[in-house]
Amino acid sequence: MVARLALIGLVAGVFSTVFGVGGGIVVVPLLISFVGLPTHAAAATSLGAILVTATAGALLYAFRGDVRVGYALLIGIPAVAGALVGTQLQQRLSGRALTLAFSAFVAVIGVRLIL
Amino acid sequence: MSGWAIPAAICLGLVAGVLSGVFGVGGGIIFVPTLLLLGLGQVEAAATSLLAVVPTAATGALRQRAYGNLRHRAALVIGAVSVVGAELGVQIATRLDEDVIRRAFGVLLVVVAARLALSARREPRRYPDVS
Repeated sequence: MVARLALIGLVAGVFSTVFGVGGGIVVVPLLISFVGLPTHAAAATSLGAILVTATAGALLYAFRGDVRVGYALLIGIPAVAGALVGTQLQQRLSGRALTLAFSAFVAVIGVRLIL
Repeated sequence: MSGWAIPAAICLGLVAGVLSGVFGVGGGIIFVPTLLLLGLGQVEAAATSLLAVVPTAATGALRQRAYGNLRHRAALVIGAVSVVGAELGVQIATRLDEDVIRRAFGVLLVVVAARLALSARREPRRYPDVS
């Protein structure tokens, strides 16, 4: 199991730098199909993983002086409010509805990358 | 920066947060274009987006922990290994044609989306799966 999780982490890390989208879009479907987590647990666990990765990434960039803290607060503070709403909303969705919504979300991003 | 840019950035931040909470993504997919709109360069936008992802993901993860959905150990393993994967990604990205890999990834995501939609047919309509 740890090997599978490590593989997901590796794939997510590679994809996030190569394609410029976060790891979450890769981690959630892999946790569902490769580890067998229910969709809600996959989304929750993806957020935990992103927290670790983003903290490391932000620190590395901050040492190089690339982070603009004011701008991060400008979008990050409303995003915290949004995340509270989003997680609350997610709990009202069935696993089936959430999986379908997520697949639509992934499809939109996929088409955007192709075009 | 024109007058509407800041209110627009706040609204887009809110949207990114909702997407993050519902789908378990970081929100960078909205943050990065928003920061570019605000006039930041590509590297600054990526760096600043990562900092904005930290409180967003932390909020979602803490709420999910209260709901009993967070698998701590799995999250730690994936997160830690992906830091290594990111370094590998930098090596790959500098060797390949950006447009080709972007489109290839787009195709892959569409396939993943179709598979997920098919797998959803097997799931119950109601909510028992996170109990």
